[in-house]
Amino acid sequence: MTNDILVILPEIILALSAIAALMVGAYGGQDKLARPILWGISAVLVVVALMVASSSSETVQAFNGMFVNDGFARFAKVVILISAACVLIMSEAYMKKRDLLRFEYPILVALSVVGMMMMVSAGDLIALYMGLELQSLALYVVASLRRDSVKSTEAGLKYFVLGALSSGLLLYGASLVYGYAGTTSFAGIITTAQAGETSLGMLFGIVFLISGMAFKVSAVPFHMWTPDVYEGSPTPVTAFFATAPKVAAMGLFARVLHDAFGNAVGDWQQIVALLSVLSMFLGAVAAIGQTNIKRLMAYSSIAHMGYALMGLAAGTAFGVQAMLIYMAIYVTMNIGVFAFILLMEKDGQPVTDISALSLYSKNNPGRALTLLVLMFSLAGVPPFLGFFGKLYVWRAALESGLTWLVIASAVASAIGAYYYLRIVFLMYFGEDRSDAVDSNRGGLLGGFLIASAVIMLVGIINMFGIESVAGLAAATLVN
Amino acid sequence: MSVFAFYLFAICVIAGGLFTVISRNPVHSVLWLILSFLSAAGLFVLLGAEFVAMLLIIVYVGAVAVLFLFVVMMLDIDFAELKAEMAKYMPLALLIGLIILMQFVMAFGAWESNAAAEGLRAQVTDPQVMNTAALGLILYDEYFLVFQLSGLILLVAMIGAIVLTLRHRGDVKRQDVVAQMMRDPAKAIKIHDVKPGQGL
Repeated sequence: MTNDILVILPEIILALSAIAALMVGAYGGQDKLARPILWGISAVLVVVALMVASSSSETVQAFNGMFVNDGFARFAKVVILISAACVLIMSEAYMKKRDLLRFEYPILVALSVVGMMMMVSAGDLIALYMGLELQSLALYVVASLRRDSVKSTEAGLKYFVLGALSSGLLLYGASLVYGYAGTTSFAGIITTAQAGETSLGMLFGIVFLISGMAFKVSAVPFHMWTPDVYEGSPTPVTAFFATAPKVAAMGLFARVLHDAFGNAVGDWQQIVALLSVLSMFLGAVAAIGQTNIKRLMAYSSIAHMGYALMGLAAGTAFGVQAMLIYMAIYVTMNIGVFAFILLMEKDGQPVTDISALSLYSKNNPGRALTLLVLMFSLAGVPPFLGFFGKLYVWRAALESGLTWLVIASAVASAIGAYYYLRIVFLMYFGEDRSDAVDSNRGGLLGGFLIASAVIMLVGIINMFGIESVAGLAAATLVN
Repeated sequence: MSVFAFYLFAICVIAGGLFTVISRNPVHSVLWLILSFLSAAGLFVLLGAEFVAMLLIIVYVGAVAVLFLFVVMMLDIDFAELKAEMAKYMPLALLIGLIILMQFVMAFGAWESNAAAEGLRAQVTDPQVMNTAALGLILYDEYFLVFQLSGLILLVAMIGAIVLTLRHRGDVKRQDVVAQMMRDPAKAIKIHDVKPGQGL
């Protein structure tokens, strides 16, 4: 038991510090302490990330295989923890200004991160479900954090109802898999599946499980909640939704597909490929008509999940590596873009209308340039890091013989480039408008924006060594 | 005897379910629902799963059904109108339901579970140990991690409920016990000498 506890020490530290912060907040001054609690939790997230990153590189199982700590889990956890810390720090100024900064916010974020860490480390269907629920429940609450706003409560309610539905699908799939495999542990499922052909009932279970997880990564046709939730939630919360939970859900997806159904690749490959191609096209086409930048980013994230799923559809270790690299790049880009969105203001009021960016390059040439870099990178224009992410998933899909998928995704990304470039066009060649956004002081957010843009440029040299780390991580999952 | 009990409980479950759906009065529906919960608990006792039977009564009858009853009686919901609304979608719902039913018949018609899975699922605990004790052993030993996690989930639910509903109002006067006890006549009473013909 002591050894088991040492394995989940990072999770325990995070959960305990969240509970300690809750006590401090509840007894020591409520929302007046929100700022120190937010900074404290961010610091804990970073420390835990360092702890996970520096821990030994072997695969350890704990609690009878319920919890797996391998290279894959560690890679995903570091990305999740760092991005959650960045988003928390980014939230502070915005929330303070709008009187949204409540001390429960960083605590809920920390607890949902604990759930995400459990998700990517799950070695059992029950642990998977528990992690997923812990993560989702905290997210439903932060979605409706601005409880006086109709849109925010609507976002929370929609997310909750549809999330409960998807949990139902996932549980139903899990029960079918249990029925046909006789066990809930991934190791047990894979041995039973090895013994015979995948039975029809098991296949049904896989389909339901994939549907439930596709909802969490907002892949088409389970994406319908995404635009409304992104639009209605307070912008820092939207930034959080677009980063850490997506990594966790993709990590969970890869974990279930490879750990539990690793030798039934043929059975799930076509399903994942279909999810991927639908997401890429819907994300590209539906974003064109959007006028709200948060909705646009929602469709953008749907399209990006399509590319990441393409890596999974390959069904190989290289595919998982490509997916991990893609997710790391995606998260970095999104942190930059959301730092920009958080800075979009007109007379102190937040602006989300895209047309308000008209001729922004005249107001603030530096910041317009950073957004240009990020938009080009999101669109996948060659010299930037975003392109290399796409290159990896394309290579993975090609090696697995999914040529049609690669061609389709090239078409989709050409369509998708239009709406990213439209923002750049507006900033540089738009018309003069009276409601254009102000050129305010950037502060910390400006720092995040610049750092993200610089990473997009400098990263193309060696990707900060992420390639080999992701390769090692993928090798521990797929063998 | 146990066959008689089985048929009695089984008929009660089905009748309860049926009347839950077709009752005009929603309060009656909930009462029928409670009957079917109780009968289902009886079926579990017959199966030798006394712990599940207990849970069914405590959780479903004790909490869920009573909650339903409160919702039905407290909230002014026009169920007739709701039903009329539902009727509009009935044909489509029936069609989808039929398609799903056919798919499931196809899927489960070919029910084939391999022997290894059957063996794994058939593994039961030591017959000497009582059901409840066996569950406790598994819950606090093998499933220790998920048990603790479910505690965290409940904590999040509690924080969430407070975050979303608690409002601190400025105009509420709260009782301060220490301040009350520290009061003494010297501080609380002020004596004025009011001159005739003048106010304060």
